[in-house]
Amino acid sequence: MKRLTSITDLEKLQKDLALRRKGENLLVTLCQGTGCKAYESHKIYEAFEKELNARNLREKVSLRSTGCHGFCEQGPLAVIFTGEICYCRVKAEDIPEIVEKTLIKGETVERLLFQDPEGGKRYAREEDIPFYRHQERLLLGQNRLLDPRSIKDYIAQGGYQALGKVLAEMTPSEVVEEVKKSNLRGRGGAGFPTGIKWETTRQAPGEEKYVVVNADEGDPGAYMDRSLLEGNPHLVLEGLIIGAYAMGAKKGFIFLRQEYPLALENLRLALKEARDYGLLGENILGTSFSFEAVTKRGAGAFVTGESSALVAAIQGRVGEPGPKHINTALQGIGGKPTALNNVETWANIPRILERGASWYASLGNRENTGTKIFSLVGKVNNTGLIEVPLGTTLKTIIFDIGGGIKGGKKFKAVQTGGPSGGCLPEKYLDLPVDFDRLRELGSMMGSGGMIVMDEDSCMVDVARYFMQFLKEESCGKCISCREGINMMYDILEGIALGKGREEELELLEELAWATHKASLCGLGKTAANPVTSTLKYFRQEYLAHLKEKRCPAGVCKALISYTLDQEKCNGCGRCQKLCPVKALEGERGSPPHLNHPLCIKCGICFEACPFKAIYVQ
Amino acid sequence: MINLTIDGKNYKGEKGENLLQVGLNNGFDIPHLCYHENLSPYGGCRLCLIEVTRGERTTLTTSCTYPGEEGLQVKTSTPQVLKARRLMMEIILALAPSSSHIQSLAGKMGVERTPFNYQKEGEGCIKCGLCVRACEELVGAGVLTFSHKGPQRKVEPPFGEEPKNCIGCGTCVYVCPAGCLTMEDTPQERKIDRWKRRMEMKTCQKCHQPYMPTPQIEYILKGPPDPPPEKWLSCCPICRRKG
Repeated sequence: MKRLTSITDLEKLQKDLALRRKGENLLVTLCQGTGCKAYESHKIYEAFEKELNARNLREKVSLRSTGCHGFCEQGPLAVIFTGEICYCRVKAEDIPEIVEKTLIKGETVERLLFQDPEGGKRYAREEDIPFYRHQERLLLGQNRLLDPRSIKDYIAQGGYQALGKVLAEMTPSEVVEEVKKSNLRGRGGAGFPTGIKWETTRQAPGEEKYVVVNADEGDPGAYMDRSLLEGNPHLVLEGLIIGAYAMGAKKGFIFLRQEYPLALENLRLALKEARDYGLLGENILGTSFSFEAVTKRGAGAFVTGESSALVAAIQGRVGEPGPKHINTALQGIGGKPTALNNVETWANIPRILERGASWYASLGNRENTGTKIFSLVGKVNNTGLIEVPLGTTLKTIIFDIGGGIKGGKKFKAVQTGGPSGGCLPEKYLDLPVDFDRLRELGSMMGSGGMIVMDEDSCMVDVARYFMQFLKEESCGKCISCREGINMMYDILEGIALGKGREEELELLEELAWATHKASLCGLGKTAANPVTSTLKYFRQEYLAHLKEKRCPAGVCKALISYTLDQEKCNGCGRCQKLCPVKALEGERGSPPHLNHPLCIKCGICFEACPFKAIYVQ
Repeated sequence: MINLTIDGKNYKGEKGENLLQVGLNNGFDIPHLCYHENLSPYGGCRLCLIEVTRGERTTLTTSCTYPGEEGLQVKTSTPQVLKARRLMMEIILALAPSSSHIQSLAGKMGVERTPFNYQKEGEGCIKCGLCVRACEELVGAGVLTFSHKGPQRKVEPPFGEEPKNCIGCGTCVYVCPAGCLTMEDTPQERKIDRWKRRMEMKTCQKCHQPYMPTPQIEYILKGPPDPPPEKWLSCCPICRRKG
């Protein structure tokens, strides 16, 4: 490919490519995100190729591997255009039927369509599926359409047009103004206004400046950044290049979590292709603007997602946070002004410049504009990556998009913002999800994790789990964070084991306060949220553990025991076969006897019993 | 010079000088354990917490890591400062219950006992990092480092092996506020058990008493730009003074 040497070159290329795409009558896009890959979606691709070749259709049908479509619950996904027929949980053996019926005859394969768990209605078109229907997929929308390993695909769909427009028509300060006007707030969690950060870096003295993509996504169960980088790396890169132009940076870093090999691969390829096309490097699109970006990999510490720790890590030092009076925007890498933004923040930039700040600001509410990607996981029917305008209520997210609670159980709490977010109870389901509302209630936006819990979740156990995660991920510098979290964990562990004393609740509250107040960085400052929020909204549950030595949700092993209902049991022997410690004794054909001292309360029999004859006490 | 207020009164300090030092210079008794005036500030023990108002924003921060600047308003003993310090001290006391230095500092702060029980590994180390910084910044040997994270964090020589570059000067033992480091001299060798370090001792040519580890003498002779004459180090300081 010839290097693009002017903005008109880029426009011409876009038109050519788009025209060629128009000729595509039949297109099949296959999700090859990490989630679907785990379900062997690459084999589906091979099966499609084989089948198309066998039927001499390879020339007529475009087959495309894409990044994550978001509806991970139903993966692997295949979408057939035109018609946008979405097939769920596709297996390699389904391919001949799809080719025969859908690609040749234009019919749908009913059994592969999404079926609503409640009501059983099937949906053919992707956009009709309730999971997608209530979303506004400003950033994720392209994921299902383009091959992340092809810059041509991105350009064909209007990619790099925002960069072209910026370089042709706007001065750097106009770009910063536009971002300010959009009211975009940092998607990494704190929600700091991006435009103001950019202005600080832009106006900071000195020639040498840096831009950084924070892709050190580490929250358990959260994968929005990974999916953007795996599925649409050029979108993030375009945002970064625009930012570099606006702030006068010559070099950029993409700091990527160690555990994201596919994102790294796609990103490196994107950087190479962008360089080959003259969109990165010296004299971008023939202008006087030059910019280079490289990837840096984290070494596996959660805390390097924190800005000052990330800057330290990029420079090869131990990834530990530094003093907070130093503003990274002014003194970052090598003491030079450094604009550090989250993956999702950068991905918003091309959209803002394509369609204008006022359009962008019309999404969401006044102080919380635009959309936000959440990873909706836990006990909901439709888990996956979702994108909604800020200010959408929890109810819409969990019940309309998420399809409600699995197995018809009752909603209990939702934890927002990753491991150091708070757990919000049912009474806040009408809460508009934005940076400020969540903070007011003792939770946070964080990077956008959302873990839904049902009646079977024990809130003491939840708090204990997150303290365990955080104590291991604290860098250990501040005593308040290192020991504060550790001691909170010890107390919670004691409560879960039935050894807690009531007066320990006060101590727990004091520790939570001190960890929040006395710690240096965001990790320590927010670490106590799971404890304080559960104490605030689910105190009764703590008291049941402490006073009655009872776990109401039946989770804390030390406080529960299993009982067998002789009436319901028909002696099928399934539980006896599965019990790892042989605690269910007796002859097959009659109800077994549960030998309590042997029982390790693993719950396997409880889960397995077809007659629900085993219950928790 | 800069002007700032501490607890409502005006004081002067050097620009960039940390607020803990400014406070200490002006007679404020701000408790601290991980700070040493000759070492870079660290901010690990969280005892020197203060409230700083800069413009319209007030933050609770460690005074040792906060550089002084014109117009800052500092409060050293608000209720939340005292509460946070008390909790920190209670935690520290649980980590190093037998350190007399920490006991006396706790006593001064009115902390007589701790509600926390901490009978775990760590052997009295509060992980303040004074030894790490002293070895690196003052001695220049740099043989100590932090390893692991979270509660597993500990100070040790790289890979937990005997640090061959340790000169046995004992600065780490001297600066440790928790008293968890010990150094033992026998006629033949010096031992610092925590670092698994053993060194041969140099014997005084005059009184024939051991007085300094051999690696330390070698380090001094090749170390500074203007090393002392070799014969100075051939005998112990007492005999040298005698002439």
